[in-house]
Amino acid sequence: MNDMREFANTIRKSSLLMTHRAQASHIGSALSIADIIAVLYGRALKIDPMQPYMQSRDRFILSKGHACVAVYAALAARGFFDANRLEDFAQDHSDMMAHISHKVAGVEFSTGSLGHGLPFGTGKALAAKKRLENWRVLVLLSDGELGEGSNWEAMMFAAHHRLDNLLAIIDYNKLQSLTTIDKTLRLEPLAEKALAFGWAVREVDGHDHQGLLRLLEHGPWEAGKPSFLIAHTIKGKGVSFMENKVEWHYKSPSSEQVAQALKELICA
Amino acid sequence: MRNAFIDELVQLARKHTHIALVVGDLGFSVIEPFADEFPDRFVNAGVAEQNMTGFAAGMASEGYHVFTYSIANFPTFRCAEQIRNDVDYHKLPVTVVAVGGGLAYGPLGYSHHAVQDYALMRTMPNMLIAAPGDPFEVRACIRYLIENPGPSYLRLGKAGEAVVHPNIPEVAPGRWLTIAGERGSPRALLSTGAALGYALNFYERRANCDCAVFSLPLWGMRSKSIQPTMAYAFDEIVTLEDHLVDGGFGSWLTESLVTTERSPRVRPIALAAEVCGTVGTQLTLNRLGGLDFINPASQV
Repeated sequence: MNDMREFANTIRKSSLLMTHRAQASHIGSALSIADIIAVLYGRALKIDPMQPYMQSRDRFILSKGHACVAVYAALAARGFFDANRLEDFAQDHSDMMAHISHKVAGVEFSTGSLGHGLPFGTGKALAAKKRLENWRVLVLLSDGELGEGSNWEAMMFAAHHRLDNLLAIIDYNKLQSLTTIDKTLRLEPLAEKALAFGWAVREVDGHDHQGLLRLLEHGPWEAGKPSFLIAHTIKGKGVSFMENKVEWHYKSPSSEQVAQALKELICA
Repeated sequence: MRNAFIDELVQLARKHTHIALVVGDLGFSVIEPFADEFPDRFVNAGVAEQNMTGFAAGMASEGYHVFTYSIANFPTFRCAEQIRNDVDYHKLPVTVVAVGGGLAYGPLGYSHHAVQDYALMRTMPNMLIAAPGDPFEVRACIRYLIENPGPSYLRLGKAGEAVVHPNIPEVAPGRWLTIAGERGSPRALLSTGAALGYALNFYERRANCDCAVFSLPLWGMRSKSIQPTMAYAFDEIVTLEDHLVDGGFGSWLTESLVTTERSPRVRPIALAAEVCGTVGTQLTLNRLGGLDFINPASQV
């Protein structure tokens, strides 16, 4: 598993540098999903950087589009585009938006407004079923995003249509924009909610690469049911002074903070 | 119009296997011919328009041309952001079909009226508005949309609209269709959608009106640029629409002509800028709103 750990580290470093250079927000969100993204782009997704739009590929959709630096970093590291392009992130005239953009090679769908990824992914999954194609659709959502009703519309729909080629991953770091999930719109009991909607549900430590790989590499977990993975994560994971701090949803790290963060990652 | 829509869609779906119809739990006694013949390309999304539009975009991204169908306000305002972000910004072939445009569902109350839909749709850069004036224009529009896939909005009346054209006309975005009147008339009556009936009524009741009647069934942001060419020959253009003047068809034409050197006067006839707090037939509510079928001459 060393390769995925190294990959996750690369994603974290690139995300920090991009966010710092652009003076952008949402580094805490990107660090939260870095391990999930590393497992997906490192091993679990059936993708080919040389053929980014091959018909048989798995489709990955980042519904929490504000964490895009993690995906851009992974795509660059996998060779979907030159890593120098990462320097364009959120710069004047760049198409590397600070919410994920489908103008970037390897990105399926632009998001930014929450609650769009799962319905869109549901449409892709339905299309695959209708055409008897066996690729999968994986959608990564934030926990706060589940406040959007469109997600629950899509969950009803996907279960009704038995879309077992659809997998939703919840980045459950328990923090949303202003404070904790618990103090904002309580999600618990989340697993029971998803079960009641007719999904197959699993929970995992969202920073445990082996655990993630076991659940993400193959699907469906239960025939005829879409899969709902609750990944317990830590916002800002990997950088001690960012972990579990709401402010890193907004702040961009200073030069000194980036240096400190990179030092921690090298030592990790 | 509803029947022409489903009949044409069924005919085209026989040839084009990528056409899919998604309904928002509406369309009883209309959509059955499609649902029965193409069950694999028909989906009832239930009462969930955000998901309906989002998953229509997802299907469209995989090669389908998806028609989402519901009563006018539901597949538009309820899911406006899905239309903008998922469909329009991604340039995907999803046609939002709104049945009962304007005040066609007058007795059902203002929740079911669609008098701001042009305003919403025409601010989306890639969106083509299809607002046919009669059943033949419906068929022409659908054919155009299939042949030229992209984000589009098809605004239908309800049922029973008069047939105006002798056959299916050739349509193209921004191109006015000549309906009645002499070439060289100084005044044009230009309608979109079901307001065509009002334009013709005025023309037929006013002998020597010195005007010609036109219908514009396909328009949007991208077809503004050819309006100066279409409008050049006229001194005055009276636009007719069953929509509020703000953000509507007449406003669109005015904006299209504002930078031209010799700009004809545009006089929009549209519905009053008030919340319609009463119910009534389409005819009654249009009249209350200022779109008078009986005596449009008083307004023109």
